[in-house]
Amino acid sequence: MSLLLFWLFATIMLIGAVAVIAFRNPVSSALAMVTSFVGLAALFIGLSAFFVGVIQILVYSGAIMVLFLFIIMLLDLKDEKRRSDSLAPLAAGLVLVAVFFIQLVGVLSHKLPYQTAPPLDKAVFAAAADGYKEGKDKVPTKISKSLESGQLPDIHLIGRTLFTEYNLPLQILGVLLLVSTVGVVTLSRKSAAND
Amino acid sequence: MATLNDYLLISGLLFSIGLAGVVLRRNIIIVFMCLELMLSAANLTLVAFSRFNVADNGLPDPSGQMLVFFVITVAAAEVAVGLAIIVALYRARQTIHTDELVSLKG
Repeated sequence: MSLLLFWLFATIMLIGAVAVIAFRNPVSSALAMVTSFVGLAALFIGLSAFFVGVIQILVYSGAIMVLFLFIIMLLDLKDEKRRSDSLAPLAAGLVLVAVFFIQLVGVLSHKLPYQTAPPLDKAVFAAAADGYKEGKDKVPTKISKSLESGQLPDIHLIGRTLFTEYNLPLQILGVLLLVSTVGVVTLSRKSAAND
Repeated sequence: MATLNDYLLISGLLFSIGLAGVVLRRNIIIVFMCLELMLSAANLTLVAFSRFNVADNGLPDPSGQMLVFFVITVAAAEVAVGLAIIVALYRARQTIHTDELVSLKG
């Protein structure tokens, strides 16, 4: 990703994030967050993580934000009243954040390893393609074919890893989603019974 | 080409902004959104590491992106449960301002 595009999307992401905490109206905050996540998804795609970029937009900007907007409208929240905040918590919060950020700059002022991204071009793909052929006869697979044609089969690689190395966590994740679905239904029903 | 430091700095900034929102804002829904921002900042670091420290065959390391996939899924489950709790809270107390929620048992 060229430097110009990187800083463009990084700026969009950061301005969106600042807008989330600056706006008084929760709906504006939610929409600012969509902007921020679209910038972030563009950064993911710039890092050749196409699958992650796509699910960032589908899950975050799509599903999660709709859920937030739905709840905001369900609760019928008005603009926040301007409160006379006492200065102490505000100052404490800002100092906490400033200390964290200064620490970060301190760490990043040293040269870390892996500064430049290794190239991802046809030569690298061609060299990697051999490892994805199956069996002793080196039968070409979908992954090796698209690597040889000079494309990064990002989704195939992720799917392969997900269903081999990370199969157990994936199953556990399925159970987690089921449990959270049941939990949400129970939470909503209980509070209805208490009214 | 952007270096790894650029990505880490940007994601650190995003994390700081999210942290500031969690500490400074009183609206519990905004606090929740800022938690999502912090999770996304961590995701950006993971993807950057997976791209800059490639696997042995020269392709981006899929393990880093796997963790991002799991984080996004858990975040989705967390948002669903959290928002259900907020709705239950609003039904019980008619407020979602953390300043007004000071007792454990109503």
